[in-house]
Amino acid sequence: MRQLRRNGVLLAPAGIWLLVMLVLPLVVVFIFSFGERGAAGGYVPALTLEQYANLPARWTAFKNTLILAPLGTLAALLIAYPLAYYLAVRCSPKWRTTLLILVIVPFWTSILIRSYAWIFILGGRGIPALLEMVGIDEVRLINTPFAVLVGIVYGYLPLMVFPIFVSLDKLDKRLLEASSDLGSTPLRTFWQVTLPLSVPGVATGCMLVFILLMGEFLIPAILGGGKVFFVGNALVDLFLQSRNWAFGSAVAMTLVFIMLVTVTVYMKFISRLGGQRDDISLM
Amino acid sequence: MSAAVRTIAEFRGLTKTFGPVVAASDLNLSIAEGEFLSFLGPSGCGKTTALRMLAGFEAPTEGEVLLDGEVVNHVEAHNRPVNMVFQHYALFPHLSVFDNIAYGLRQRRPQPDRATVKQKVEKVLEIVRLEGFGPRRIWEMSGGQQQRVALARAIVNEPKILLLDEPMAALDRKLRKEMQIELQTLQRRLGITFVLVTHDQEEALSMSDRICVMNGGRIVQVGTPRELYDNPRTRYVAGFVGTSNFFDAVVAEAGPDHVAARLAGGQHVRGKPGFAVKTGQEVCVSIRPEQIALSREAPDAGMSEPVTILNRIFLGEHTEYLVRSGTLGDILVLVPRQSELNAGTFNVGEEAFVSWDENALLILEQ
Repeated sequence: MRQLRRNGVLLAPAGIWLLVMLVLPLVVVFIFSFGERGAAGGYVPALTLEQYANLPARWTAFKNTLILAPLGTLAALLIAYPLAYYLAVRCSPKWRTTLLILVIVPFWTSILIRSYAWIFILGGRGIPALLEMVGIDEVRLINTPFAVLVGIVYGYLPLMVFPIFVSLDKLDKRLLEASSDLGSTPLRTFWQVTLPLSVPGVATGCMLVFILLMGEFLIPAILGGGKVFFVGNALVDLFLQSRNWAFGSAVAMTLVFIMLVTVTVYMKFISRLGGQRDDISLM
Repeated sequence: MSAAVRTIAEFRGLTKTFGPVVAASDLNLSIAEGEFLSFLGPSGCGKTTALRMLAGFEAPTEGEVLLDGEVVNHVEAHNRPVNMVFQHYALFPHLSVFDNIAYGLRQRRPQPDRATVKQKVEKVLEIVRLEGFGPRRIWEMSGGQQQRVALARAIVNEPKILLLDEPMAALDRKLRKEMQIELQTLQRRLGITFVLVTHDQEEALSMSDRICVMNGGRIVQVGTPRELYDNPRTRYVAGFVGTSNFFDAVVAEAGPDHVAARLAGGQHVRGKPGFAVKTGQEVCVSIRPEQIALSREAPDAGMSEPVTILNRIFLGEHTEYLVRSGTLGDILVLVPRQSELNAGTFNVGEEAFVSWDENALLILEQ
């Protein structure tokens, strides 16, 4: 009994934190999602599934998110892996720290400002102008799904690089020698040793970037020009502009549900890939 | 080495430098097929570099590495018919014991079929006494078991030479003894050439057919354990292979079998030369502690010195005395139990005489 009570006391801070920061807001959103919009906006208590029935009205936002978030994650992975590999395996230790800091440097400026920079790069006087000089006319980049993809990959790349870097850096380089000693070519050593052993980093990076991308709204708003919007943009609109809290809550709950399913399936898949080891965690 | 024995590997003027550091300098050595050769020396003596050049992990700066009569300087590690047991095993943590051992077989092109791989892996698992451990994960194995897996992973490939980089360093003393015997038995049974790197003289002495003593990137002496113990060439070898007493001396008269030398204290001694000496040369006189006799009376013949007993340590089959001579300094003497039973023990502070046979004295390079 005493043991139990002591555990209770020790768990209390974390418990309260979880309750206040996670459970309560979710419960509020959950209850709101069954309500109705008041005449002047906001929330009127009710018990109706009307809001959920209305979901198809926001189908485009879900479609964009569910296409661009996984695609962005994959693109970030494909770009981040070689970079992390270079930093962890190939780069001389003398330069490593400097280069690692350079990966974080963009974080020192607001993503808002950096996204505006991309408006210029992708806009009429940026890359399209350069393409025109070599004879490729009429290329529109800004306000397209491609622009949003570039924006999110750019914005979240460091979050992918670091976990992969850590797992590659931890990798015992003698294993690579052992593989070579046993007759494996460098390429086969990469597939058979390096890649499987960096799975934890890849899994963490993908998870981190994917979850954040699912809730993204700033980059689509800036680089999508109102044409390519995410669920996040729909939520901003529903809560702040049209003040339809009930419908907004239903959209939010649906997103939470989709994420729960995806992440669970993903974790199952990854843990099978990495054997029965429990070193695959979020951080 | 008799002429009938084939040379499996050879170093010719092998030098390796890392920037300004000379890790190995002008190594010349030939390794006979089927022998158990050890590179012995303190850390940083170049023994690991020598092994890594043989494995193909380091390219020599100068000189040649020959395997089976062919220069392999530019043959990469994955194309060399040698396998290594790494110091900390370097087993693949994401693979099972079976897959670790099968790794080398599966790199072959054309790839052997499943049945062959299974049969070969199971055979080596039996050799290293790990039957049934195939499906285990690496981190479920103890240190000693991991070492056997590492061994199995290397020998399953039937290498021309098995390289062992301090394989016993991570094991406790008892397990190390067991593994030493096991390795030696295995080597005789498989007939594979073993090349071991170690800093442990006991390990080298007990396991090897031949030992290559290294120091400061150079090979100091190569020979059987007995040769190195009985006829070391330099003071370094005599001190590294066993223990010895050393006295500075100058050669008074150089003969082919015996050399007369004058010790720092003025005494004249005669001994066997370990190398070609010249009159007037400064040398080192060495005598093993067990070849010195301790007595109460000065013996009639031979060389003797009056000493005072400084310390006595009872070691069971031997008693170790530290004695001080007025002219020669401190001397270590090992008295066997039997002679002590005959002559009685000496107490600290007692006066006595040390004496030796002149064949026991070695004249060595400084």
